[in-house]
Amino acid sequence: MRRASPRAHFRHRYGASPLHLAGHLLVFAVAAFAIDRIAAGSSLAKLIALYVGFAIAHDLIFLPAYSGLDRVLRVTLARLSVRRSVTVPAINHVRAPALISGVLLIIYAPLISGKADDGYFQATGHHLEGYLRNWLLISAVLFLASGVIYALRVRHAVVKGRMGRFDAETLQR
Amino acid sequence: VPAARRLPKSRRGPLRADFWRSPLRGPWLTSLLGTLLVPAITVIALTGFVSHWAYHPELAGNATIEPAFDIPALFQFPQSWPSWDYAVTQGIHVTLGLMTISLVLAKLWSVIPKLFRLPSVRNIAGAIERLSLLLLVGSLLVEFVTGIFASEVYFPLRIDFYPVHYYGAWVFGTVFVLHACIKFPVVRRAYRERGVLDPLRAGLRDTRPEPPGSSELAPVHPASPTISRRGLLAMVGGASLTIFAVQAGQSIGGPFRRLALMAPRGREFGTGPNDFQVNHTAATAQITPAMVGPSWRVMVVGARTIALSRAQLLAMAQSAETLTIACTEGWSTTQRWTGVRLVDLAGLVGASSGATLRAVSLEAEGTNREASIAHEQWSDERALLALRVNGADLSLDHGYPARVIVPGVPGLHNIKWVGELRFGSA
Repeated sequence: MRRASPRAHFRHRYGASPLHLAGHLLVFAVAAFAIDRIAAGSSLAKLIALYVGFAIAHDLIFLPAYSGLDRVLRVTLARLSVRRSVTVPAINHVRAPALISGVLLIIYAPLISGKADDGYFQATGHHLEGYLRNWLLISAVLFLASGVIYALRVRHAVVKGRMGRFDAETLQR
Repeated sequence: VPAARRLPKSRRGPLRADFWRSPLRGPWLTSLLGTLLVPAITVIALTGFVSHWAYHPELAGNATIEPAFDIPALFQFPQSWPSWDYAVTQGIHVTLGLMTISLVLAKLWSVIPKLFRLPSVRNIAGAIERLSLLLLVGSLLVEFVTGIFASEVYFPLRIDFYPVHYYGAWVFGTVFVLHACIKFPVVRRAYRERGVLDPLRAGLRDTRPEPPGSSELAPVHPASPTISRRGLLAMVGGASLTIFAVQAGQSIGGPFRRLALMAPRGREFGTGPNDFQVNHTAATAQITPAMVGPSWRVMVVGARTIALSRAQLLAMAQSAETLTIACTEGWSTTQRWTGVRLVDLAGLVGASSGATLRAVSLEAEGTNREASIAHEQWSDERALLALRVNGADLSLDHGYPARVIVPGVPGLHNIKWVGELRFGSA
């Protein structure tokens, strides 16, 4: 039997090409240097807590939370729509404004909640004002616009449904 | 579903392969989101480095990172460029960064089943790749969170923003490039099998899951779709556009400023000549009216030293320039400034050719106290020691009696309440 080439042997033992290993070693070297430099100014434990903490907070708290909200929305709308004769799915007319409003909330939370007020006042000489109002206003406009589009779609579907029936009746005559 | 039935009973919830049911997830969707991220991240990273170099970290006191542990500057704004060059690059850095957040969240959503896929570590390569993914997601989130907070003058984490954000970019940049290289064949295959944009043609009725065998990302037990792929992309893009609409006005200015409903520095505080945005008030800097009264003098130091009162400065040749102050936080403001050219002051004290200007504030301490300004920056004909703005005296918050205004420098280098201008060797 022919012996496997060193490359194939490496791939078998390691699980990927030597380039894969070299690339990762390079990245880990850069990361180790960078993390050492950051740690020179603040504590290493805090830094690791930030990197791991943010990843965990996103993957195990934030993502399940919004997925859960979406599930509640789906179930609620499914219950509501059973009773209606014309079905235009409403779910994305809630999802879209909710998603945009939600992203705005995450980005501007320090301004909306007023948490950033100390630094803001020191920098600008003014207090945080109007951010909560503006966010609520923008969100209301988004939901309203989405609702109007939904209403137009429902009307369109109803008219189309009637037309369909009308056409069918005309044909039968 | 046979694939699901084969799983051991001990696995519950998200550890089960059939837990993840979205029919949209799959290698094609993740490839598309990743492809969109590449140009966005590239531009954000490049503008970030341009900002770092705009500080002229090689000059005394300017470095925010120890120069011994930094790479040399690869780019600096040429003198011939408009005074709003830094406003553009930094406005793009912050605004595009915020606009990319919805895309980042969608990308992370699309790959979440991988996190729970056990056994996750089949061999050494798998283990190493896992570690690099933790670094990728960790540094990504650290960059975005610290960036968002800094743009809002909010520092709750009690960390030194600059090294965390700058070296975090090194970590994220290298691991991002590696990730893109490793995933390139996966992306190419997804595009070849599904077409680059073909899945976007399908409306809700024609939306089909990607085949479960194609990757760990595609659902083995997909639910029926409630949104099309193009619908998802439209929502992500809609969020980006909304962020642009309510944010960009603080950088673009003009009529757009009124649209910047959520931007930290979107508003104007009146219609007066001094009512534009302030960074770092006189109260914060502990500048009192007594310090800037009739006894105030600016010491101009070169081959000789002279002390000039405000009246003497006003008696010199005045020039008026429309110049932009652009903050590292991403906002900017363009005003009409009047004052004495820095080149004229340099001539007055016989500054040596090629000298660096060290501008020092009356402020006792802090990052806004002093800055070094490179020869090619202060020798710009437009660079001023400004005394007036929009036809009125500078307000105390804007640096009365005199402030430096130099094109293309980060805003905080435009030193206010100037006490000393020293032309010397770097």
